[in-house]
Amino acid sequence: MSPTGAPMCAREIAGAVRGGADAAMIARGAVERSEAAKRLLNAFLDVFAERAPEHARGTARDLPLAGVPVAVKDNICVGPDLREQGDALGYGGRTTCGSRMLENYRSPFTATVVRRLIDAGAVLVGKTNMDEFGMGSSGENSAFGPTRNPIDEVRVPGGSSSGSAAAVAAGVCPVALGSDTGGSIRQPAAFCGLVGVKPTYGRVSRYGLVAYASSLDQIGPIARNVTDAALVLDAICGHDPHDATSARREAGFVRDLERPVENLTLAVPRQARGGANTPAVERSFGAALERFRAMGARIVDVDLPLLEDAVAAYYIIAPAEASSNLARYDGVRYGRRAALKPGEGLRELYVRSRSEGLGAEVRRRIILGTHVLSAGYHDAYYTTALKVRRALRDSIEAVFSGDSARPACHAILTPTTPGAAFKLGEKSADPMALYLEDVYTVTANLAGLPAMSVPMAPAVIDGRELPLGLQIMAPAFEDGVMLRIARMFEESA
Amino acid sequence: MRADGLSIEDVRRIAHLARLELTDAELADARVKLGAVMAYMERLSRVDVERVAPFAHAPTEGAMREDVAGPTLPTAALLGMAPESWEGFVRVPKVLGDGGGA
Repeated sequence: MSPTGAPMCAREIAGAVRGGADAAMIARGAVERSEAAKRLLNAFLDVFAERAPEHARGTARDLPLAGVPVAVKDNICVGPDLREQGDALGYGGRTTCGSRMLENYRSPFTATVVRRLIDAGAVLVGKTNMDEFGMGSSGENSAFGPTRNPIDEVRVPGGSSSGSAAAVAAGVCPVALGSDTGGSIRQPAAFCGLVGVKPTYGRVSRYGLVAYASSLDQIGPIARNVTDAALVLDAICGHDPHDATSARREAGFVRDLERPVENLTLAVPRQARGGANTPAVERSFGAALERFRAMGARIVDVDLPLLEDAVAAYYIIAPAEASSNLARYDGVRYGRRAALKPGEGLRELYVRSRSEGLGAEVRRRIILGTHVLSAGYHDAYYTTALKVRRALRDSIEAVFSGDSARPACHAILTPTTPGAAFKLGEKSADPMALYLEDVYTVTANLAGLPAMSVPMAPAVIDGRELPLGLQIMAPAFEDGVMLRIARMFEESA
Repeated sequence: MRADGLSIEDVRRIAHLARLELTDAELADARVKLGAVMAYMERLSRVDVERVAPFAHAPTEGAMREDVAGPTLPTAALLGMAPESWEGFVRVPKVLGDGGGA
């Protein structure tokens, strides 16, 4: 805690440690809060109670994230191979993906993003709860029980990075890592009043991220402010020989963050107004646009009809990729292996291990994905969805580049979600209702673009303020411009 | 694209392809829920994508690295993850005979 009582942000913690503050004590505080968040919110699956303070004691003081406690979503591998100056750091433990299938899985290696955070001085406090294999928008699909929203505990924190958002919102740690396949960083950030960034496809290495849908998955930060998110991005972005999709691009987002974007021009799709939005979202989004106008930005109305087809394309493409990626969970090389009866063979081993180990929503998406890829349906569903995906990307690129009738736009604004955090159980019986939560977020994944959520004016429901998010989506590799726009918005509050 | 009224048998067949086994109650539930999702997908048949090429993933730089031998994960660590192993092999139940057709 800072002297004012507010939890310190990552930049303040790193500054304090640089100035001689006791990093081990900071880590001990974060561990205690993690244990509480595990008990009260089910935000953590495992806490590095002993390792974190011990690691913090030895960490260098002059690094950008020196002594900063970070929570990691439990689909990102933390192995026993992490070392600092030759000494094993003693991290490791389970990587469960929120699944019975991997309940006892211990990765022998560490994700590149985690290694880079450690290299930047961060300390790992624990692994956070999540919707199983990233499949969910509420945090309720974890085999280890739902995560609760610290702002209102009868409500969901969003998902699938539910525990990472809950941990940051509860003040456990200033930043956490999540992963985003269709909105799994941005939507929980919006529901918990936080900043969440899905970087451009290729910005961040996925080595050590358990795959859900490989053409859509990206790792990114959840933070309390834009500067902290940029600090984490500066640490984790960049090429990795272990991930062929990772790009050779410079990060350096913090350096330029305070420089406002000149002649700021922002597109607002007609499809993001009214329609699916609750009245509170509609009001708050309108007020957000006013804030941009007040700082001199030009708001351009655009028509992007394919935004309304993005969810349908996404829920064909993501399950199709998942059905292929999750075929590896067969009880043979790792993960759960079912006990067999005498006379049963390999086929029963596959079927029994998968049926016991995978939860209802995961099985549903695998079946959906298998169906859309099966003979006779492949072209009608999967290929059509891939064509819509290109048409969607092309129509968005046209907004960014402009034409004779329309100026070029720096970014596209929408609400992050059509409503505020809903109550636990409210949407769990109807998958389609839950899928439509992702209406604004899936487009960035389909098109490979960077997108982030920043808090806008909250909704007031039952006398309680519930956070809402503004989504900023930018052209590929313009993550820096997107962050500067977010910083301008944050500053104008 | 056809209107997709999935039957219980359809769901059972697809589940079999995915090597999943559902109880009768789960099959009935999956039929209703997947049916609703597939019905929603029908909207894509109204989009004119006749002349659009499929787009499977965002372009990446795709730089090929040199094919140089380097350190890999130790065999013991990888075998240690397997539920059952034997003399450097991952062990599975009988494949041929009664276990065939997997």
